[in-house]
Amino acid sequence: MEAGMVTPAPALVRFSGIQKTYDGEHLVVKNLDLDIRKGEFITLLGPSGSGKTTTLMMLAGFEVPTHGEIYLSERPIKNVPPHRRDIGMVFQNYALFPHLTIAENIAFPLSVRKSSKAETQERVSAALRMIKMEALAHRRPGQLSGGQQQRVALARALVFNPQLVLMDEPLGALDKRLREQMQLEIKQLHETMGITIVYVTHDQSEALTMSDRIAVFNDGIVQQIDRPDALYEHPVNSFVAHFIGENNVLAGTVESVERNYCRVTLAGGGTVAARAVNVSGAGASTSLSVRPERVAIIPNGSSGEAPNRLPAKVQNTIYLGDHALAVLDVAGNAEFMVKLQPGAHHSLGPGESVFITFRPEDCLALDPV
Amino acid sequence: MTNALPTGADAATEVPLKRRLRRAERTRQAKALALVLPLLLFLLFTFAGPIAGMLWRSVEDWEVRQVLPQTVAALASWDGKDLPDEKAYAALASDILAARAAGTIAIAAKRLNYALNGFRTILTSTGRNLKAVPEPGTARETLGKINPAWRERATWTTIKDASGPITGFYLLAALDLTRNADGAIVAAAPDQAIYRDIFVRTFLISLGVTALCLILGFPVAYLLATLPPGRSNLLMIFVLLPFWTSLLVRTCAWIVLLQSKGVVNDSLHWLGIIDAPLRLIYNRFGVCVAMTHVLLPFMILPLYSSMKAISPAYMRAAASLGAPPLTAFLRIYLPQTLPGIGAGSLLVFILALGYYITPALVGGAADQMISYFIALYTTETANWGLASALGAVLLLATVLLALVYGKLVQGQQVTGGMKN
Repeated sequence: MEAGMVTPAPALVRFSGIQKTYDGEHLVVKNLDLDIRKGEFITLLGPSGSGKTTTLMMLAGFEVPTHGEIYLSERPIKNVPPHRRDIGMVFQNYALFPHLTIAENIAFPLSVRKSSKAETQERVSAALRMIKMEALAHRRPGQLSGGQQQRVALARALVFNPQLVLMDEPLGALDKRLREQMQLEIKQLHETMGITIVYVTHDQSEALTMSDRIAVFNDGIVQQIDRPDALYEHPVNSFVAHFIGENNVLAGTVESVERNYCRVTLAGGGTVAARAVNVSGAGASTSLSVRPERVAIIPNGSSGEAPNRLPAKVQNTIYLGDHALAVLDVAGNAEFMVKLQPGAHHSLGPGESVFITFRPEDCLALDPV
Repeated sequence: MTNALPTGADAATEVPLKRRLRRAERTRQAKALALVLPLLLFLLFTFAGPIAGMLWRSVEDWEVRQVLPQTVAALASWDGKDLPDEKAYAALASDILAARAAGTIAIAAKRLNYALNGFRTILTSTGRNLKAVPEPGTARETLGKINPAWRERATWTTIKDASGPITGFYLLAALDLTRNADGAIVAAAPDQAIYRDIFVRTFLISLGVTALCLILGFPVAYLLATLPPGRSNLLMIFVLLPFWTSLLVRTCAWIVLLQSKGVVNDSLHWLGIIDAPLRLIYNRFGVCVAMTHVLLPFMILPLYSSMKAISPAYMRAAASLGAPPLTAFLRIYLPQTLPGIGAGSLLVFILALGYYITPALVGGAADQMISYFIALYTTETANWGLASALGAVLLLATVLLALVYGKLVQGQQVTGGMKN
């Protein structure tokens, strides 16, 4: 990824000052500026109603921005109808044409482009080979399983070599195992074909698995656009910290700010040092964010210096196979999670008093929730 | 649960289990049958029975057999090449005398008159003039003297043809066919050959009305399927409104609108578009307009239900794949509405085939459909045989159409039509 940062690819899509309202009262998308680079896998992630699907539909041409302009390869496309945008799209429920066979479905974008018969046939069979479904070419969509329909929808959106492929929660209807398998397949297609993909989902683990970059949407605003690891490690606000991955929140008041760090008095008692990410200054209230795996439990009775040492009471422990979780009561937060090595949970009994500790750099002082 | 395992493993106890299952199923089936029994009986008495009766009447031939039984028996062995022998004449004379006494001559006379014009006169004059049973051996002479028609072979073949018990006479007549004196099927005389034209007219009017309903109903159904629920419900009420008014009232309303001093003509005249009133009613135009109005909901509802099932995502997908709106409509939307088009067209067409009141009220003499003639023969001339035969031909054509449609729909289901 460092190499990618040195020579950024030119923007294929540019959203410039986009606003969208349906009822003339509430903005569903508020002032969106977003660049999508060529060859990139970018995910629009957010809860439902956050504006991510509206953004995708504006890019596809099914919704018109109320304000602002969208550029595709430096060309404004606000007034270009969807069928002239040369953008492939995979829909939530696949939208395979039920009266056409699989082969006819895949051939559809080629035949409306008046491709020659030989070329169409060749590209359709190549696409069928790619999704390993040559044997099912003459079946109807209704005779296929969800995963197979998903593959056909993918092949149909890719067969005409669009400059951009949009995917609107394409894996939402599949079960967990199939979803994970399809995530890898889509990722693989993206890498081998070098296509640009804009992917919409509300599933953060799906976004983390697949994306080069993730744009986190909330309330019609892009909260943060970054690589998956940066989003996890360096969230810019409480929403992102909470939406991406597991997160413990401790409310408090900033006591003093010193360079990048601050001292915070917790509402439930105690003082900790935290990285000042999104605080206005001394006296401001803040939400501290600590990941469960960055917290250690100090057995009761052991002494020694530890930063950010807080008393805690064990509520219960949860065994999860590859790891275990301890649910603690820390400074008024009764659902404070700590990730444990498997087996370590045996030594913790409910009601036991312990101490927890975490490094100041793993504790982020963010905007109050 | 507890004895399920041993029962499954043990072959000896498997038979009682199967029997128990059958018994349980039988109770269930009996219950289901009891529930549908009232409807089944109703259909049997009001639908299946009358149709069977109609089909039987279209081939039944009982009048001559009942009124002239000895003649029918005597003619059974007649080869029809020459005049029948003395025995047949004697039988006829005796039959006529008996029939006159019973007052049943008119029944046979009416039936024979269908086949040979003037037979009524022959039979009634003979009945009037035959005073007593002729001396043995003189029957031919006596009858020939009373009416020379008895010396003609055609008179006798007509009786033989009508001696039943079943006949193709009415069915042939319904198709403008008849049998000549030699028994061969030939075209009927031009002045009697009207039914083929009427069938063609009936089918053409029905086809035209179906086409009009489809053209007018398709956009309405599309609107219904795509409008937001509130407005679509309002529109649906307008579509269903005609159902709440009697057919007769709606048809009469068209008379008020379309007659030469009617609302439409007066408005056009007032606007200065026409000088003389247009002839809008008592012709084919009026029939088509009124029938289309009445039948439109039967087209819109099946279309609507098939369109409602088409997800808007299909049209979006087509657009995203590069199809301009018209292409997307023709290649993606329209094919998916075909089952609805088929069902609606079949419904409207079959309903239109049987239309009687509307053409009778707003049509001219040249716009009467087959059911008008069926009604005419049933109620006015009491020629039930011909009425039944016309009905049977119409029924056969309708059943054939329904079968063709069923075949098409089945083909659709095998090759597709499945929704994801």
